Amino acid sequence: MSQIVGSQIVGIGASPLRKEDLRFVSGRGHYVADIKRPGMTAGVFLRSPHAHARLKSIDSAVAQAMPGVLAVFTGADLKAANVGGLPCGWGITGKDGKPMKEPPHPPLAQEKVRHVGDAVAFVVAETAEQARSAAEAIVVDYDMLPAVSGVLEALRPGAPAVFDEIPGNLCCDWELGDAAATEQAFAKAAHVAHVSLVNNRLIGNPMEPRAAVAEHEPTTGQYTLWTTSQFPHVVRLLMGNMVLGIPQHKLRVVAPDVGGGFGVKQFHYAEEAVVTWAAAKVGRPVKWVCERSEGFISDAHGRDHVTEAELALDEKGKFLAIRVKTLANMGGYLSTFGPNIPTNLYAPLLSGVYTIPAIYCEVKVVFTNTVPVDAYRGAGRPEATFVVERLVDIAAMEMGIDKADIRRRNMIPKEAYPYQTPVIVQYDSGDPAGCLAGAVEAADVAGFAARKQASLAKGKLRGLGFSTYIEACGLAPSRIAGRLGARGGLYESATVRVHPTGHVTVLIGTHNHGQGHETTFAQIVSEKLGVPFANVDIVFGDTDKVQFGMGTYGSRSLAVGGSALARASDKVITKGKKIAAHLLEADEQDVDFSAGVFSIAGTDRKKTFEEVALAAYVPHDYPLEILEPGLEEQAYYDPVNFTYPGGAHIAEVEIDPETGVVTLLNYTAVDDVGTVINPMIVEGQLHGGIAQGIGQALFENCVYDDDTGQLLSGSFMDYCMPRADTVPSMKISTHSTICTHTPLGSKGCGEVGTIGSPAAVTNAVVDALAHLGITHIDMPASPNRIWRLIQNAMLGRAAE
Amino acid sequence: MRSFAYDRPATMDRAVALLSGGQAMPLAGGMTLLPTMKLRLSAPEALVDLSSVPELKGISSDGKTLTIGAMTRHIDVARAPEVTKAIPGLARLAGRIGDPQVRNRGTLGGSLANNDPAADYPAAALGLGATLITSKREIAADDFFRGMFETALEPGELLTAVRFPIPRAAGYAKFPHPASRFALVGVFVARFADGVRVAVTGAGPGVFRCPPLEARLAEDFVPEAVAGYAADPKTLNSDIHAEAAFRAHLIGVMARRAVAAALQPTAA
Repeated sequence: MSQIVGSQIVGIGASPLRKEDLRFVSGRGHYVADIKRPGMTAGVFLRSPHAHARLKSIDSAVAQAMPGVLAVFTGADLKAANVGGLPCGWGITGKDGKPMKEPPHPPLAQEKVRHVGDAVAFVVAETAEQARSAAEAIVVDYDMLPAVSGVLEALRPGAPAVFDEIPGNLCCDWELGDAAATEQAFAKAAHVAHVSLVNNRLIGNPMEPRAAVAEHEPTTGQYTLWTTSQFPHVVRLLMGNMVLGIPQHKLRVVAPDVGGGFGVKQFHYAEEAVVTWAAAKVGRPVKWVCERSEGFISDAHGRDHVTEAELALDEKGKFLAIRVKTLANMGGYLSTFGPNIPTNLYAPLLSGVYTIPAIYCEVKVVFTNTVPVDAYRGAGRPEATFVVERLVDIAAMEMGIDKADIRRRNMIPKEAYPYQTPVIVQYDSGDPAGCLAGAVEAADVAGFAARKQASLAKGKLRGLGFSTYIEACGLAPSRIAGRLGARGGLYESATVRVHPTGHVTVLIGTHNHGQGHETTFAQIVSEKLGVPFANVDIVFGDTDKVQFGMGTYGSRSLAVGGSALARASDKVITKGKKIAAHLLEADEQDVDFSAGVFSIAGTDRKKTFEEVALAAYVPHDYPLEILEPGLEEQAYYDPVNFTYPGGAHIAEVEIDPETGVVTLLNYTAVDDVGTVINPMIVEGQLHGGIAQGIGQALFENCVYDDDTGQLLSGSFMDYCMPRADTVPSMKISTHSTICTHTPLGSKGCGEVGTIGSPAAVTNAVVDALAHLGITHIDMPASPNRIWRLIQNAMLGRAAE
Repeated sequence: MRSFAYDRPATMDRAVALLSGGQAMPLAGGMTLLPTMKLRLSAPEALVDLSSVPELKGISSDGKTLTIGAMTRHIDVARAPEVTKAIPGLARLAGRIGDPQVRNRGTLGGSLANNDPAADYPAAALGLGATLITSKREIAADDFFRGMFETALEPGELLTAVRFPIPRAAGYAKFPHPASRFALVGVFVARFADGVRVAVTGAGPGVFRCPPLEARLAEDFVPEAVAGYAADPKTLNSDIHAEAAFRAHLIGVMARRAVAAALQPTAA
């Protein structure tokens, strides 16, 4: 890491230390739970201990009379106050042309509870301990109902109905692709590879649990909500407009420092609405801070698919078609993006980095008595990659083709871009074979056979796993998203405010909660405007400061927000040229701008950026009829296409066959993320994403009891996160092609790690066990699962 | 956490007196008690913090036995020359409990009195045939552990020290629970002049001895002696991390590794 002085221009491609880290590593971050308001009270939610029950009555008389208690609210109170349900941001359409079933989602349960953790009451008291004690004193009469937690069980005839009005629990029966063409391709296939898999349910677990503080000023009707959100403006829109009926100009939403999101914090949650509403009701600020164990049963979960998939190949191993049937768990309510994830962010990625002439995918989106499922880092795309990359490996094993070779034979050639897939998306640029070649080299695939022998000599099984993947991110072109069911636009906004001194404040609609935006965006401005890196500050996360923006999710901040910032910077330069032309008494067309200096070509006449900025605010001799004072520009950028990062990941594992323990020895990633603004931050994003993907592949598993719907992995005692000693050092590099349609050529890198890695690790585990005839293992590849597979394989051999 | 009374006595007599009513809970390292209080799973009316009672700390050896005060922290057991010299397997066990934070707070007595069915120390106490010394009496390890979170301790009775016989060799092997890092299966083996003791933790509802393994190892205390051994899964735990048959298998594997460790006391 080079030490870079902030007084210099620090532009695109440099790796300065992160601006935000000084406050984080010195304990000066300011999070929602740190907020103290005069007269602030504490709120605690009472949550259902049952997965499915009718709410017969709630008796809070004793609780209300307890020390310090100010109020107890229930679903009935919200209903009486005409508080609306939580909206779903996407409406998908089924095979039959009918819209998805969209049952109400009251912020506090009404009539029924639908998952363990469903909130039934909210207690406000002087202290959190008083509120907790009062919550324990509320008597809820539950009429227990049979619960269903898995998608297969939920679709069985006679299954308990999560919503009485939706017998059968089917939210939507959705499809994408050409069924007939796919059918024909399978009919002429020389080989069909098949996999039956579960994509394990995950809990995001950002380091900072969710929290909300709200207050209301009765004299003006002004509300303020501080919340742990990835998209404060969208919370203002959804909560203000659709849930609480607060006019947008009377609602300020602030998301200050946020300790990790991973998607978990990109939804409008019930707690935000209840806390805000309650603050007005009790007439004092209310704070709620989620407990870690409470987060397990109230943060939206991720993944949870059951899938049958087939790949048709010709005799040479060329892919002819892919056919996928997926059952996707939505949980007990539709979360903000819920139905979009296993459909629009999943099926369009089934072409992977390959030429596959025909693709057909059916997805049944299913209600169950579990916590709502929504986007978690990768969101749909890791699931698609896992299906494709598992099928490719199984086909290679069954047809006796080298696993790298089968990929090379089917990859989209670099020169074939832009490449139109059969499933909506058109990839603008890429070089999958180049990424694979780089990864094969870096991972020393050539030396693997010798390493495998060395492991065998120690009684260990070694395996190598490939994953060559693509993702669609930079969410999203509004026009395409609208056709797919998005109820909002997905552009981003940026304002570049140049101060009279030439210092710059950027107001941007994305939200930084670990991604390093305060550094990356400052580099963009430093490069564009030629101002010192230290002279640029990035402001975000406050709807009273920043113009409407869509926030951070789907690896969009650089590809969409950075594009808006680049555009706004260009507008500043354009206006700066007008000012410089005036100052230099030259024609605007003759003014060049480079490295912070406006100059007239072929002369020594020039004005610095600072001089131009000052003149903009001191317009004593301005031609005011043609030039406005000031130097501040805004851009709203709506992308023309998704961006398509991709790459090649190679995992190398060693398995102790006696215990089933997997040791991840090496991990190599060569990724195409387009233009890299800050290589250090990209590498960090890859590290984090891959660690989470390793978590899914080897450790993490959210498990519900089939009979009771109780969460069995409800704390870190049972939910196993990846840790420093289970994640190896990684070899990370980029092999980028430039995105053809974003101003900076960047594609995004926030999710690539979680998308490529589960398949790479799982393929490596299966590779290590392949000599036993094992072709698949579900995630997480736990010691027990591996041991059981080995036992069964050996029993099978003994029987033969 | 509910409110509670708090005392930090400076003498054993005072501590015993405060605990005698049976209402107060002794607070050792608090590694289990405090989290359960925070979650309101337990709400004692009073805590008696034992951290300032000097008699409860310390390690001494008479050449035949090693006595460790109940309030001795894991980190101190792991590092004490008396332990690493006399029973290196016990020091290594202590050095692998939990994480550094737990080892710097958690105590021998707290772990044994809590008797978590997946804790490490119960395997050492039972495997070494330790004597548990209380404010009232001495209890043999064979009589002390009574199943999940249950011990022979009576209300108000305080565990003060543990006396471990020094074996000829002892070793411990743990298969850590992937999430909690408690023992999914842990096996402690100890060889004495008059026989071998084997104790298993994590696998069942509480720590237990394993007579078939003891018999095999009494014949020949080498790793190969337990090769292929799998326990009867019927009485073992089954959960989302390990089915009973896997735990049964792991008992054999961990026993073998424990014997190997016992025979190589200087190895890591």
